[in-house]
Amino acid sequence: MELLKIEGLEAKVAGVGGREILKGVNLTIRAGEVHAIMGKNGGGKSTLAQVLMGKESYEVTSGSITYQGKDLLEMDTEERAREGIFLAFQYPVEIPGVSTSYFLRAAVNETRKHRGQPELDAKDFLKLVKEKQSLLKIDSSFMNRAINEGFSGGEKKRNEVFQMAVCDPTLCIMDETDSGLDIDALKVVAQGANTLRRPDRAILMVTHYQRLLDFIKPDYVHVMIDGRIVKTGGPELAQELEDFGYDPIEKSLAGSK
Amino acid sequence: MSAVAEKNKQSKKPVMAKLPAATGWVEDLRRAGRAIFDAQGYPTDSKIEAWRHTNIRPIVETEWHPAVADSSAAADLFKHYAFGGDAIELLISNGHYQPAHSSKSLPSGLIVQSLDEAASGPHAEIVKTHLGSRAKADKNPFVALNQAHLNGGLFIHIRAGAAISQPIHVVIAASPDEVAAINYPRILIVVENGAHATIVESYVGPQKGIYFTNAVTEIIAGDDAVIDHYKLNQESREAYHIATMDVIIGRATQFISHSCTIGSSITRNDLNVRLNGEHCFGLLNGLVLIGGTQHVDYHTLLEHAYPNCPSYELYKHVLDGKASGIFKGQIFVHDVAQKTDAKQSSKTLLLSDDAQMNSQPALEIYADDVKCTHGSTTGPIDEASLFYMETRGLSREQARQLLIYAFAADVTRRIKVEPVRARLESFMAALQGLPQDFRIQELASHDDDAVY
Repeated sequence: MELLKIEGLEAKVAGVGGREILKGVNLTIRAGEVHAIMGKNGGGKSTLAQVLMGKESYEVTSGSITYQGKDLLEMDTEERAREGIFLAFQYPVEIPGVSTSYFLRAAVNETRKHRGQPELDAKDFLKLVKEKQSLLKIDSSFMNRAINEGFSGGEKKRNEVFQMAVCDPTLCIMDETDSGLDIDALKVVAQGANTLRRPDRAILMVTHYQRLLDFIKPDYVHVMIDGRIVKTGGPELAQELEDFGYDPIEKSLAGSK
Repeated sequence: MSAVAEKNKQSKKPVMAKLPAATGWVEDLRRAGRAIFDAQGYPTDSKIEAWRHTNIRPIVETEWHPAVADSSAAADLFKHYAFGGDAIELLISNGHYQPAHSSKSLPSGLIVQSLDEAASGPHAEIVKTHLGSRAKADKNPFVALNQAHLNGGLFIHIRAGAAISQPIHVVIAASPDEVAAINYPRILIVVENGAHATIVESYVGPQKGIYFTNAVTEIIAGDDAVIDHYKLNQESREAYHIATMDVIIGRATQFISHSCTIGSSITRNDLNVRLNGEHCFGLLNGLVLIGGTQHVDYHTLLEHAYPNCPSYELYKHVLDGKASGIFKGQIFVHDVAQKTDAKQSSKTLLLSDDAQMNSQPALEIYADDVKCTHGSTTGPIDEASLFYMETRGLSREQARQLLIYAFAADVTRRIKVEPVRARLESFMAALQGLPQDFRIQELASHDDDAVY
């Protein structure tokens, strides 16, 4: 089943004279698949992740995004979340004063209400949280701390994947989740993400490095350069990029012009 | 308008109350206060730095009449605002302490009297020594005006070593019986060595109507005492509130102040605290939640006069509509006050483009081995935070409510007197359109460098 279909997507920084970033992205993700988008900085990978989530600082100028048969571009950010899209941030935001536990329960219950499910009370929520915490080796004191406040880079990333596990999304978007992680933390995060693999769920990873893909095996690897997906392949493509870099692809692109 | 009429409009003297005769030295204080106010008038001159940022024209252009001492409206307000439970409840009606309405059985070590009574009774010497000793009439015309009306104030005396566990709640009710009534609450609190007390001043009045509260509180504390003080201004959003609290504490005494303003059209609070011994601890926290055209001006002064004293200050403003806030936070470190550790933080959330904040730290340091830091932030709700919360399924409105609530709750959660905290939090909830009993139990700590 097609979960997400992006066709001819063009987007720019919102506002007059905003820079064009996405210049015609095509991508189809089916349930059960794991995709990785790789590319150098500034190629539009993270922008794509944010546009999928409806960030207002970008303006979609052309193209379409269909999610589970619905027009995603018609939905507000919170609706996208409630419909099952989760974005694990590259730079998770610190929110002083709001505890992770309060925030996350509100988040889970908004989605449950949207899906016509009963809200979780404090006890059931705690049960759910405990289970996911052990999965991501998260200390229970996390829950009482303000969201991401004073967390190390690694803790923030683990917290993102932990929240992802708790929110039970259908499409998981992981934006540079590997950056800033040491190898042990990377393993924990990857392990957590792997447990989320399910036939009815898809994962889209945005990353610089092959490293993450050693732990989370993608079905497809896409190379994004200058706002377009220029090459798609299997996991072997990631290895190719690791060995030879982006130069050969860029050269062949230049040659074909 | 003729020149004469224009001049009259510019400044009107308050109608002085005809006061009953008092003890000689009280009469002297009154006369001195009146003479100073007559000479200085209202501080309308824009060259007066301390008053430059607060437009007091609406106060100055009104002819204020002294409010009648006792009123049945005050008794109703008292019933409404009293905490109940085990709190010691005291009523001041239009500046006059009302023993008949107030708690009668007091714990040992606590003495409560009207200032008039105290000034001529067995405690006369204490009152005479301290009344007007900190809040100086010649430093502030509004203090002078208050002093000119010394009559019927409140004297709270906590004896050495007494630990008063229940909060002492003073309801200061303005109950104007006519338009443009002024009331002059005056409170003297003397805390002896080793005594502990929690004191709450609730300034209340009808929720509609123009009235003017010109209040002065002095707190004189000895050594090794603990004073937890709260001030809550819930007056009408049309009222005016100008108040000075002046505090001096002795060696190793802790003074903790939470000052919260949600009412009044124009509010000015001067809060002066002198740490007058080694190893004192001073903490001044404030919370301002206003909107419309409300204006709140806090001038705080923390005076480090001895070595080895930490002080902390956290003021938070949430400004909506065309509201404006002033925070002038002065820290004065005397040359002998080595090892001072003073931390000041002022944070403001602007909920509208028309709200304005002016936050000025002012550090004067004459010692060379001290740590003094200050920080100030002012801005709208963080877009990145809103987006982050939305990506987890919260609506923008929910995210906004939560962020505002958490911002303010950072002060309220430090409040140890439950009714004060509950009152503020239910007000915060109502502002955000949340249910009255809304409270986030799992609030996370925040700004913990500000302590408490």
